[in-house]
Amino acid sequence: MSKTSRAKKKPKSINIKSTGDSIFKSFLGIITFLIFIILGLLILILTLNSSLSIETYGFSFLWGTEWNPTPAGGGAPIFGVLPPLLGTLTSSLIAILISFPISIGIALALSEFTKKKINFWLSFLVELLAAIPSVIYGLWGIFTLIPILSQYVYPAIQDVLGFIPLFQGATHGYNILTGGITLAIMIIPTITAISRDIFAAVPDSQREAIIALGATKWESTKIVRKYGRSGVIGAVILGLGRAVGETMAVTMVIGNSFHLFDSLFDPSYTLASLIANEFTEASSPEVYLSALIEVGLVLLILALVVNVIARLIIRYTKRKFRGVETF
Amino acid sequence: MRERSIIYILTVALIGTIIAFSAGLFIVSQPEIPIRISGAGATFPAPLFQKWSLEFDSLTGIQVDYEGIGSGGGITQHTAKTVDFAASDPPMKESEWLTAPNTLHLPITIGAIVVAYNLPGVALPINLTGSVIAQIFARWITTWDNATLQSLNPAVTLPSQDITVVHRSDSSGSTAVFTSFLSDESSMWNSTYGASKTIDWHPDTLGQKGNSGIAAHLQTNQYSLGYIELSYAIESNIDYALIENADTVYSLANTTTIAEAAAFAALTLPDGDEDWEPVGSYFALSYGCGNAYPISSFSYMLVYKELNVIPGMTLEKAKALTNWLWWCTHQAQSYADALHYVEIPGPVIAINEVSLRSITYNGAIVNTWA
Repeated sequence: MSKTSRAKKKPKSINIKSTGDSIFKSFLGIITFLIFIILGLLILILTLNSSLSIETYGFSFLWGTEWNPTPAGGGAPIFGVLPPLLGTLTSSLIAILISFPISIGIALALSEFTKKKINFWLSFLVELLAAIPSVIYGLWGIFTLIPILSQYVYPAIQDVLGFIPLFQGATHGYNILTGGITLAIMIIPTITAISRDIFAAVPDSQREAIIALGATKWESTKIVRKYGRSGVIGAVILGLGRAVGETMAVTMVIGNSFHLFDSLFDPSYTLASLIANEFTEASSPEVYLSALIEVGLVLLILALVVNVIARLIIRYTKRKFRGVETF
Repeated sequence: MRERSIIYILTVALIGTIIAFSAGLFIVSQPEIPIRISGAGATFPAPLFQKWSLEFDSLTGIQVDYEGIGSGGGITQHTAKTVDFAASDPPMKESEWLTAPNTLHLPITIGAIVVAYNLPGVALPINLTGSVIAQIFARWITTWDNATLQSLNPAVTLPSQDITVVHRSDSSGSTAVFTSFLSDESSMWNSTYGASKTIDWHPDTLGQKGNSGIAAHLQTNQYSLGYIELSYAIESNIDYALIENADTVYSLANTTTIAEAAAFAALTLPDGDEDWEPVGSYFALSYGCGNAYPISSFSYMLVYKELNVIPGMTLEKAKALTNWLWWCTHQAQSYADALHYVEIPGPVIAINEVSLRSITYNGAIVNTWA
């Protein structure tokens, strides 16, 4: 809280002697503490169980590009996660880039433009999208989305942008771009729902003020967007978190190929898919299971780092006037 | 005031009577708790085991719960003694077998891996050899109209399209079977990729999760090729190739050709309580195998010879377990064909009978089925 915004000092906390209240307070304290304990335990267990792999491979685990638990002709297993690490980051980034304008558009439409009746059904449909299990998205991707993309959309993109190396290569549909698009569809409901609530919470006085100054309907949304900026970034972080951890839908459409992609039309891999694909069979050698758990640790740390970076962005773009915050 | 307390007392009495009555009914109507046998392991035979479990329950009232968590998972749980029996496609490696002493291998059904493809405009099934398949998966052969491929198939005109190669993205016994075959047929494959449940595939190939993932891919993508279990290819209506066997016969996978391969392999099998790693992941054929299909393999059930090592085991449960395994070896085999699995041949049944008759609980033989 900025010091200049307060005229008086904060009042001292009121001394409550009722036992009910102190029980309630300690109960809340325990629950809050529990969250820290759970996160701490998670990191602890992951680190302990991946200690064998950390000792064996060290930092080369992070930039290695080969993953072979049983190399031909014997020899020690080789593990490195750079391709799926980049795959996770890139597919999530693509998902955010695609879903951000769409989500904000829908959220604005719902809070500023539509009639109450349409509003209700549109919100309902958007939230329904969020309830669909990810396996269904994967199946839909295989049987509907990929045929459409590989037969019509990707060849068209390649015709126009094919001179850029990023858009070259065979367009069979199972690639990192499809992964990003599927993820985008999955996180749109998350970002939309939260953003819509953020925009709806903007006081009408703000809208009235800017319209009084002569703004058009579109221009009046400017104040809504500025007011809700930090809340929207929070919504995007939530969507990004889902995108980074999403497993089933992505593994069904991304091609599961363990190599560094040089084009958006190349198949790729993600950290979550790697774990899901190989965990059940990783009984031997011993370092194999440890390596997979280390992949889990890398994924957790990645999610934490992304979260921290996003929050730093929020803090440094906060304006002087108090916006609507969810966090 | 008196009326109110009377009402309270009556209400409490009424609720109490209802609760007591329901509890009594509940206890009286409780049937005897059925015996539950737990198993876990390979996903390939899971549909067959589910059918068997249903039939066995209706015959005997004994419930068998099977979780398809993968061959590796099955072996892990068997070693940890957290299940009554386990299932695996490849046999246990000697190192794994030594950490679970007194394990019996029971070959319980037979399956085959086929090389399936989506090739529009080609009516006949195509011919392939192990060496050519290895070259396709290593991307030495990249197009359908490659000269070697065309020479194996003079009767059809192959299109000039890129082959989209699909493999399993998840670790699986099917991959172990398939790559064992390729390693034996191609020294290039053996030295570059080897045989294992998880392979460092060529980067220019795609991975799909599970047999169903590959089946779905083959159904929806033209000019693609991959390996799947026979039952999936038949159920999904996908074409699969004839593969050259050790007698240079091009064999198409079906019950007859797979049974021939099994009969061939059954000539040299160890006892149930011995190390089965030498048997290998698939039935390696050699000269004299006739029409046998070259990529066939057992699926095994694993059980301990002395059952008291499993926590929670009782004599009654041991009897139920051995009866289940005996039934699987004998009467259950008749359900295999309808689900596109292959029955185990006579010599294998004999090996299983010896194994099952040797199972003990606390030192005493459990069942003899005289």
